Amino acid sequence: MVQNIIDVRNLSKSFDISSKEPSLKGTIKHFLRRQTKSLTVIKDISFEIKEGEIVGFLGANGAGKTTILKMLCGLIYPSEGSILVSGHLPFRRKENFLKNITLIMGQKQQLIWDLPPIESFYLNASIYDLDKFEAKKRIKKLSEMLEIDKELFIPVRKLSLGQRMKSELLAALIHEPNILFLDEPTLGLDINAQRNLRKFLQKYNKETNATICLTSHYMKDITSLCKRVICVHEGAISYDGKLDQLLKKLCPVKEILIVCRSEDDAIKLENCGFTVKTKIKNEITIKIENNSISSSLKTILNNFDIVDLFINEPPIDEVIGKVLIKKDYEI
Amino acid sequence: MNLRKYLIVYKKFLHTSLASELEYKTNILIDLITAILSLLGSIFLLSIFFQNNGYIGGWKFEQALIIQSIYTILNGITNTWFNPNLTEIVKHIREGTLDYVLLKPIDSQFFISLKKINPSGFLEIMLGFLLSFFCISINQINLNFSFLTLSLITIICSICILYSLWFFISTTTIWFVKTWNAIEVLRSFLYIGRFPLNSFSFSLRIFFSVFIPIAFITTIPSEVFLGISQLWKILLEIIVATVFLITSRKFWLFALRFYSSASS
Repeated sequence: MVQNIIDVRNLSKSFDISSKEPSLKGTIKHFLRRQTKSLTVIKDISFEIKEGEIVGFLGANGAGKTTILKMLCGLIYPSEGSILVSGHLPFRRKENFLKNITLIMGQKQQLIWDLPPIESFYLNASIYDLDKFEAKKRIKKLSEMLEIDKELFIPVRKLSLGQRMKSELLAALIHEPNILFLDEPTLGLDINAQRNLRKFLQKYNKETNATICLTSHYMKDITSLCKRVICVHEGAISYDGKLDQLLKKLCPVKEILIVCRSEDDAIKLENCGFTVKTKIKNEITIKIENNSISSSLKTILNNFDIVDLFINEPPIDEVIGKVLIKKDYEI
Repeated sequence: MNLRKYLIVYKKFLHTSLASELEYKTNILIDLITAILSLLGSIFLLSIFFQNNGYIGGWKFEQALIIQSIYTILNGITNTWFNPNLTEIVKHIREGTLDYVLLKPIDSQFFISLKKINPSGFLEIMLGFLLSFFCISINQINLNFSFLTLSLITIICSICILYSLWFFISTTTIWFVKTWNAIEVLRSFLYIGRFPLNSFSFSLRIFFSVFIPIAFITTIPSEVFLGISQLWKILLEIIVATVFLITSRKFWLFALRFYSSASS
């Protein structure tokens, strides 16, 4: 049986936030007598993550995803509740715990700006007690996986954003951590760089059985990497479960565009009992429920003269967008 | 604490920060010229103060030069280690890159205090030592084991006090976010350390001994150099340095509990 590597129980986090009114009067008031109020950004959440799982944290900006990740890796003290990560209390930041995890933030960097990335890799290797031989071996392996072997000796400031992000990944993975916390790792990358990074993470997960907790606003990251998602809405979990179940629930029907040989065929098909969305000459768009797609298509292909057929998936961003603004999502 | 590991990591820090700085040759050259001109300017200023009256606070110009030499050594250390590292703490906290430091299996205070060096500060340290050797010669100081030991102890204590003060102020960034001004005030107080403590009024002497112990930083090591220091003063400097160092360490660990990390 696969063990839980992350166990979160009734976790809450509050911050003291100060607010300022506009105008000069508001500025002076803010300077002289700053008023702060306690804001609960994470509200009594509980979940477990199993070893080797890739879990996507979804939520609108400010929903609390990054705060959860930062509490899981021990950067922020929780206000209430308990967290166990790989058997450790994260906020104690014990050496054994830190050697087991890594945090990658798409918008922040740890590489030394003026030097080639290889210098940062060797520095990190020494911090993680790796000897030169072992470090060299791991750098070679990871740089081949990430396809950045040629960029290792070019100063970081001269690298493209995609190459820099790959180098950041290498720097963060040189100690071969079991748990990866990734906060928007594909932020600002072009489509090819995003795809390469996803491919690498899939491969890394497969080869090392590492657990990955990921936040991203790019739905492609989530759909191609995560089987399970945790949706966060205003600091509370609105959905925790399989991504495909969520999608099925949110989009129970698919739209199918059928191009018939003649307009007569299209008229016959229209009168066959399918829910028709549109019909233009010999092209007809029908709606079919997910669970009857194969049987319905079989009937159509056997009984009508069909020239072409397209199954339209609803845009995933729109579908997930619906979840992000809902408090609870029951499946 | 695994000392060997820390030595290896420090060697890497030296290597990477030297390599980073050497990327910009002109900047290093300007820094070196600035260090030489700054020392010459300070000596010139000191000589003007002593022009009318041969003594200030009971100190001759030749003796006061010792304070200048210790100040130059300490300023060199400040420019080599404290300035490039401790001012970065503010940046780390404001931009949230302290996250990366805290998640490394290494002491965070060690990491943020020693990661960078500014090689041009080395010249200032060397100039300070050259000036102190010159002062030893003109003041006819007898070089012996106890003199060297006491000088070294008091200078190390001065470095510890200076570091602790600076680190303490930088740590408050966790709550106040911006503390550049406080660090600037500390740096300007350090300039006072170029003059003998006795040259100030009684109230200022108390202020610079008790509240901001600048007096300990330069005057006591200089008195040791001249053989006029009393044992209690040396012991007091050791105690002050130890208390400051421990307090700054505890304060850092305490402050980290309030670190909320920058938002993404």
